Amino acid sequence: MREKTKKKGSISYAKWGYIFIAPFFIIFAVFQLIPLISTIYYSFFEYYRSGLKVIGPNFAGLKNYITLFSTDLPKYFSNTLILWIIGFIPQIAISLLLAAWFTDLRLKLKGQTFFKTVIYMPNLIMASAFAMLFFALFSDNGPVNAVLMSMGWTTEPISFLNTVWGNRALVGLMNFLMWFGNTTIMLMAAIMGVDPTLYEAAELDGCTPNQMFWKITIPLIRPILVYVMITSMIGGLQMFDVPQILTNGKGGPDRTSTTMIMYLNNHLFSKNYGMAGAVSVVLFLVCAVLCVVVYFSLTKEDDGLTKAQHNELKAAKKVAAKAAKGGK
Amino acid sequence: MKKISRRNFLLASGVVTIGAALTACGGSSSTSTAASSTASSAAASEAPAAGGKTLNIWCWNDEFQSRFNDYYPEVAEIAADKSTTTLKDGTIVKWTINPNDNNNYQNKLDEGLLNQESAADDDKIDIFLVEADYALKYVDSDYTLDVKADIGLTDADLAQQYQYTKDIVSVDGSQRGTTWQATPGLFAYRRSIAKDVLGTDDPTEVQSYLSDWDKFNDVAAQAYAKGYKMLSGFDDSFRTFSNNIAAPWVDGTTINVDENMMKWVDQTKEYTDKGYNNKSSLWDSQWAADQGPTGKVFGFFYSTWGINFTLLGNSLATPVADGEKPQVGNGIYGDYAVCEGPQPYYWGGTWICGAAGSDNIDLIRDVMQKLTCDEAIMKQITLDTEDYTNNEKAMEEIASSDYKSDFLGGQNHIALFAEAAKKIDMSNAGPYDQGITESFQAAFKDYFTGNVDEDTAKENFKTSVQEKYPELTDVVWPA
Amino acid sequence: MAHAPKTRSEKAVLSARRAWCYLVLVLISFLCLFFFYILIVNSTRTHFEIQKGFSLLPGKSMLTNFKNVLADANIPVGSGIRNSLIVSACSAALSVYFSALTAYGIYAYNFRFKKAAFAIILLIMTMPTQVSALGFLQLITKMGLKNSFIPLIVPSIAAPTVFFFMKQYLDASLPMEIVEAARIDGAGEFYTFNHIVLPIMKPALAVQAIFSFVASWNNYFIPALVLDSADKKTLPILIAQLRSADFLKFDMGKVYMMVAIAILPVIVVYLLLSKFIVRGIALGGVKG
Repeated sequence: MREKTKKKGSISYAKWGYIFIAPFFIIFAVFQLIPLISTIYYSFFEYYRSGLKVIGPNFAGLKNYITLFSTDLPKYFSNTLILWIIGFIPQIAISLLLAAWFTDLRLKLKGQTFFKTVIYMPNLIMASAFAMLFFALFSDNGPVNAVLMSMGWTTEPISFLNTVWGNRALVGLMNFLMWFGNTTIMLMAAIMGVDPTLYEAAELDGCTPNQMFWKITIPLIRPILVYVMITSMIGGLQMFDVPQILTNGKGGPDRTSTTMIMYLNNHLFSKNYGMAGAVSVVLFLVCAVLCVVVYFSLTKEDDGLTKAQHNELKAAKKVAAKAAKGGK
Repeated sequence: MKKISRRNFLLASGVVTIGAALTACGGSSSTSTAASSTASSAAASEAPAAGGKTLNIWCWNDEFQSRFNDYYPEVAEIAADKSTTTLKDGTIVKWTINPNDNNNYQNKLDEGLLNQESAADDDKIDIFLVEADYALKYVDSDYTLDVKADIGLTDADLAQQYQYTKDIVSVDGSQRGTTWQATPGLFAYRRSIAKDVLGTDDPTEVQSYLSDWDKFNDVAAQAYAKGYKMLSGFDDSFRTFSNNIAAPWVDGTTINVDENMMKWVDQTKEYTDKGYNNKSSLWDSQWAADQGPTGKVFGFFYSTWGINFTLLGNSLATPVADGEKPQVGNGIYGDYAVCEGPQPYYWGGTWICGAAGSDNIDLIRDVMQKLTCDEAIMKQITLDTEDYTNNEKAMEEIASSDYKSDFLGGQNHIALFAEAAKKIDMSNAGPYDQGITESFQAAFKDYFTGNVDEDTAKENFKTSVQEKYPELTDVVWPA
Repeated sequence: MAHAPKTRSEKAVLSARRAWCYLVLVLISFLCLFFFYILIVNSTRTHFEIQKGFSLLPGKSMLTNFKNVLADANIPVGSGIRNSLIVSACSAALSVYFSALTAYGIYAYNFRFKKAAFAIILLIMTMPTQVSALGFLQLITKMGLKNSFIPLIVPSIAAPTVFFFMKQYLDASLPMEIVEAARIDGAGEFYTFNHIVLPIMKPALAVQAIFSFVASWNNYFIPALVLDSADKKTLPILIAQLRSADFLKFDMGKVYMMVAIAILPVIVVYLLLSKFIVRGIALGGVKG
């Protein structure tokens, strides 16, 4: 344990604090805050380009929002959620399983470094290139169909990209592959923060690995599970590259893989600033709620987590006490 | 920071050099243009401002670029990566290529033209290319120069061009673009498959089997019975219907869907359900493969440029880039032939426009003159590339000569094109055609594949068009 | 630490479990690697070979495909790599340096709005930048920065996630005594930060530099809206162009090679540094 000095930094140094954090806040204000405000502002205007002529800005009140909610928004919002869930459920399930195995001291799995390296790899891949690759692999005359047909599993090529669920499944699979490694490693860190004596006690009491997982691991890493889920949900709301490239911006059969950001991109692309603004504001509000959740999970639960990581002694005591209670 | 970026830069230029070196060693014979300028590649790809003028040309693919590089007499040198072309007087031609799809090229071009005034002289757009599907949008604006009044072409220069190629880019008698090609459409079929299905591969006889849609459908059924597909995909016959609509798509702020478009929908749905097509989409890899050695498709609707630019490329087993020559024996070269098909139509066509604000008017005039008006160059392009050029006299000469296309098994397709070119009517083209066409094809693809019913497809079409063109408020469907 | 299994049956159960784990792990690894294997194989085959069908064995046309990609002016890979490198390296450097600076500012000094500043950064941490894309685009158009790298590089100075990581790291590993000792020696505040604090933060800087670099390398949404001219485009834009520009698909060998060029450098660097990176995620990484 490192002894932490009280930060009593005398008053004379205060200005340095402002100087040091100034670049961050100036850049944030210029490139994010001001754009955000103008985005909100334009969402109340009719403002688009017709050919080479600019129409507006004419104040339109809530017209953009009414159009948005009465027509397309619900559909794209649920598309985004569905695509996210398809990727997230296998992601969290597999990640939990792998994290539990990797940290299971009795299993003593060999080659962990290799497996961890492999499963994390897809996370670093350019999403657009990954989607392009999947597009090539899963097209009607692509290698995947060629393999399926040569194995005799199907006689006609399966049209993955032209069916609603084929397309969604591919997006889900890509998101899963890109993120489960990252999640696994985060969950591992959380599980390793749990005091091992707890498992020893449980083992003495004859708990099966299964029971230990559900009764000890899951409850103790719940905060981080929440954190993983919320950040993943925010990531899901931003989903763009993969479905955009996979469907060439068309959003799949019957627009079922058009996500919120793709919809935003369509409007940005055709310079319909009013509608783009309205979509942005809706996204902003949803994300703001999620951000607040993350904020509280970080500030309130954070203590517990950092303790788990850096303050093992204290955590172990607490955990051991709990174990003594729960074991009997 | 500075250090890092400089190192990256060195690294990147290292890559370029290696690439150029590879080109030099590996190029067996074919890529003479690339290999010839290895030494200058680094210099040429660097700074175009290095001396002399800069001519900025905006386009969406390399078709015009290769015409320019091959046939413009002033060309001195081409950069290894083809991003610039240097002319004999030291002018550097800078190519800006943005893909066409999803209005991408139009949006980028809009942006460029709107910034024209504030741009530095060497960044100003001098020449931009437009397609028939949206030519009007630019022609009917102040951003495009009059080829006679502003650029200085004479009536004599333009005399041999097909009238329709001048009409479509004219507003109130002011012509604002000119093209080197005319684009009548034909039906290109596989000789071997026609022999198997119809017992003949002679263009005149095959045409007699395909001369209207009922007959065409009958042949489709026969081809299906023999294990072939009549067409490759959903959009193959689209142009034959969309060119024969009764009125332009858009009237004011209303899209009027023509009855003929719904005929296309019905026919394609029938073909899809009966297995007469291969469920591909225009330009996708299945579609391209269907035109090649492994394809089992009877034929393709293609206009002039498609035959030498696309079909020929797709028909080869070994691409030209890999050092193989396009000749009989490479893939199915020689197995195609063309006939008129059930309905006259045109497809595509590229016009050269001069941009207002350009500081290179004389050069623009010379480019237009040499590449669209010069009879000798026009004729040479057709003889070399089998493209159909925009010079009535030269084309008639070739049509009545003993000219033969090796790719089309010895047929003189120029004669057929010369006939078809006279029938082209572009009076129903409008500024919104590209966006509408893409949305229409995409929306109804879901209907063909069975993902949605017809009414949903109609709804999706409306949504998608309005994302592109917020000003179009209504869609009227034929009763 | 764990107790050794006592009986033979327990041992058997354990090895059965272990076998099952390995099976699943191998399957998952296969899933992760298989696609890249096809990518590599197909990038070495000609267009015609690819169309004829799938093969597990690589072809012989790797150099041809590579050459064809480089020679194609429509997808200027050379300048794409250069642009991506410039943008990613600069963003990574700025984002790491200024995040460390901000984190140190909040860690080491007491000032009135310190708590508020920290709270604000945490609140905006997970806010996607896309929500302000519209205003951002208009702003940079007005500033004349369209089609320039500046709007892609400079905003990375304000990178809340990187900041948060740095702050965590400082909390854990920088005793204030060191700073105070430096002050007594007469070091200025910036000197202290640059010459004493930064070296201590090296591991955190390195890990975050890698992540910032990769994030920027892979970024598509904003660059696609900002960059117009071919010589400015970054790799992801070229990939998207490959997907939409159909005339480029004459040659699937070229398509695969292009994807490989976009993906493989990152993979190679990753494999070289993998131990370091994987540890890095876990290191500060509870909140990655």
